[in-house]
Amino acid sequence: MSLTAVDIKKIAHLARLKMPEADIEQYLPQLQNILEIVEKMNQIDTSHIEPVANALDLSQRLREDKVTETNQRDEFQKIAPSVESGLYLVPKVIDGE
Amino acid sequence: MSYKTIASIANDLATKKVSSVEITKYYLERIKKFDKDLNSFITVNEDAALSSAKAADALIASGKAHPLTGVPIAQKDIFCTKGIKTSCGSKMLDNFVSPYNASTIDNYNAAGVVMLGKTNMDEFAMGSSNETSFYGPCKNPWDTQTVPGGSSGGSSAAVAADLAPAATGTDTGGSIRQPAAFTGICGLKPTYGRVSRYGMIAFASSLDQGGIFARSAKDTAMLLNVMAGFDEKDSTSVNVEVPDYTANLNDSLKGKKIGLPKEFFNQHLDNSMAAAIQDAIKEFEKLGASVHEISLPHSDLSVPAYYVIAPAECSSNLARFDGVRYGHRCENPKDLVDLYERSRAEGFGEEVKRRIMVGTYALSAGYYDAYYLKAQKVRGLIRDDYKKAFEDVDIIMGPTTPSTAFKIGEKAADPISMYLSDIYTISVNLAGLPGISIPAGFVNNMPIGLQMISPYFKESLLLNFAHQYQTATDWHTKTPEGF
Amino acid sequence: MEWEVVIGLEVHAQLKTKSKIFSGASTQYGAEPNTQACAIDLGFPGVLPVLNKEVVDMAIRLGLGIDAKIAANSVFARKNYFYPDLPKGYQISQFELPIVGVGHLDIMLEDGTPKRIGITRAHLEEDAGKSLHEDFLDSTGIDLNRAGTPLLEIVSEPDMRSAKEAVAYLKVLHSLVRYLGICDGNMQEGSFRCDANVSVRKKGAEKFGTRTETKNLNSFRYIEKAINYEVERQIGVIESGGTITQETRLYNPDKNETRPMRSKEEANDYRYFPDPDLLNLVVTAEQIEKVRKSCLNYHNKNYNVSWKSMA
Repeated sequence: MSLTAVDIKKIAHLARLKMPEADIEQYLPQLQNILEIVEKMNQIDTSHIEPVANALDLSQRLREDKVTETNQRDEFQKIAPSVESGLYLVPKVIDGE
Repeated sequence: MSYKTIASIANDLATKKVSSVEITKYYLERIKKFDKDLNSFITVNEDAALSSAKAADALIASGKAHPLTGVPIAQKDIFCTKGIKTSCGSKMLDNFVSPYNASTIDNYNAAGVVMLGKTNMDEFAMGSSNETSFYGPCKNPWDTQTVPGGSSGGSSAAVAADLAPAATGTDTGGSIRQPAAFTGICGLKPTYGRVSRYGMIAFASSLDQGGIFARSAKDTAMLLNVMAGFDEKDSTSVNVEVPDYTANLNDSLKGKKIGLPKEFFNQHLDNSMAAAIQDAIKEFEKLGASVHEISLPHSDLSVPAYYVIAPAECSSNLARFDGVRYGHRCENPKDLVDLYERSRAEGFGEEVKRRIMVGTYALSAGYYDAYYLKAQKVRGLIRDDYKKAFEDVDIIMGPTTPSTAFKIGEKAADPISMYLSDIYTISVNLAGLPGISIPAGFVNNMPIGLQMISPYFKESLLLNFAHQYQTATDWHTKTPEGF
Repeated sequence: MEWEVVIGLEVHAQLKTKSKIFSGASTQYGAEPNTQACAIDLGFPGVLPVLNKEVVDMAIRLGLGIDAKIAANSVFARKNYFYPDLPKGYQISQFELPIVGVGHLDIMLEDGTPKRIGITRAHLEEDAGKSLHEDFLDSTGIDLNRAGTPLLEIVSEPDMRSAKEAVAYLKVLHSLVRYLGICDGNMQEGSFRCDANVSVRKKGAEKFGTRTETKNLNSFRYIEKAINYEVERQIGVIESGGTITQETRLYNPDKNETRPMRSKEEANDYRYFPDPDLLNLVVTAEQIEKVRKSCLNYHNKNYNVSWKSMA
């Protein structure tokens, strides 16, 4: 599973990180090294083991269906980079749903 | 340098020997005087702190105060504080004034604890040296050419230099315990689910836990009484009763069994460090405990598993930082993709980007089974190693770090060697267990830490062992010169 | 007729709870933009989800109504992608282990014969916000009131063979969710949304043809028209020697045509993984029994499908 520059380009796009060629060259060996460490896990057979998501193996608690939040739009939008008429603004998206 | 413990401050406040305003002023002055040499604080809230202190004094006078009312501490800049900048050590949140409080902050506020300021940290808690902070490295007060550790470097350095009598931190792979060891103070990571994560900016959700830096076991216990507790806003918060963590500090250690994992005393461990740790363990034998060799056979898989799970979870947790609702936004985005790509590339530092990319890759189509799923299985094995070990021993001990604090810049160019400084701490997070690091001596004039690990929710046992050690030794009273 | 039409339907039913699936904000329709989006819905740093009890009950009701197995353990997973109406950069959904398993709905064909339509699964997830493209010249406005509204995504087997069958199925499902009191079925307001997966193949062929997914279908009439258009289009493409591209298409009711969505997701890699902020959802037999008993109290004379499992 050797990582290539093409992989990095794809990953950077999935993660929405602008990645100029020079950066790709810099990150490639670093990421390859990290993956080498991770490869160590392949030394062991885990086919008979269950994955553990929560170490304490607990189950989900439920909350009552009640409205507990109030309108805090002004407070929240004070720190927004771009709002108008109560809406968050982004560059125009074509073909949105 | 003299320092005050939380216990002594609380006592002086209760007996009216000193006021909260006076004590708070004392620390604010020390921060003003010394922090330019350490860079342990990102934000100091002088006015807000003094106003809280005043309110605390009024509460104390009315007789309605909590034991810790009026005591000032520092908060890691990862806890959202309403109306106050919360940067998480990142340019991405340099302009973020949180509109709400983390539950931990609410808990401290309810107890009347005063906040001195928000401390420096590795960006988004990713790092072991505080060098990835947007606000510059923090220095270790024991030798300002060295790192204080990370990611909670600022909190650790501040307490070590007595710029705050205690501070909060967070620990995902060792980010409380390792800096505590590097700076010669106590650092506790509670059981996963013991402290609420609501409002604690997420790095790796299944591993993150908020905790404490303090000078002594007693101080740590007093603070844990405030910090621990069930929070209905956090689905992973566990509804287990909070005992009085100060109640069992003086229990005898006679008959208790200590396990030393043979894997922790391996080739990575510095020789002088090994010797110093063995000396520390002999103290526990003098206190009546017995020492047994145990094995945690899958220890060497903890770093590989961690460097899949943590980046995978963080790659998803950090997707919310997109320049739309808060935080950094690039100038003149030409379209949506440009908005995302540039805001994120500009807002995040290198280590964060590295981990986002590793995580994205590990979760991507075709790789999920080999990486993430595999790592979760390895996690099961590591957890079960501990489970098995605790059938035979009451507590597990070993070195917190393989060596003492390294020099600033020494490991920054080599992320892998940085990751390896967490080898003894990471498995504890994977298993969700509580762990503490306490000062246990010096090697080449730099502090070293002894790590202790207990079964789930047995923080009282950790604190008991720590306290007994601290009655028989005085490493925890040592302070760096020049501060 | 040499062609066979294969249709599968995905319905997103908004569950009519008072509060959102993972937060205590109101789900009421029609509020001023972003006045019902709390810190959790907005995806502020540090916020966490807590599951609404009522959505679990509602999912169980649906499961009972379609004779499906209710999973004793189900898992919430993150579906990761970037879009401005998705504040966290991921949607909390269910992937490998949904709460409701295989079930079915019985419909009546035009000639009066019954037909059983299989349902593959139904799972819980949160809705995204709304993007408003018309209001601003160079920008899109985002309203996150809807973000976090609970959805039950009901996925049918590709068992329908005509637009009319598809509509019949949808009408039965629509009645069912209203009868069960879990969804108000208001298609105009978007509480019952349908995506149609359509493909064609030569009659007698074993393999399915390449399918397209058509979205933005908010009335039974449009669904029928859109499916018919898409079928015609696909047959036309194949008969003139072309191949069908697997893609997402949007229906335009004014022009009565479907057209491809401009690379919204380009075969997105959603990188599903179990959400570490939520724990394993456990549903007990007792819980299911409790819900079953409460459903028997529903009185809706207009509902005209018989439910063996409800008796």
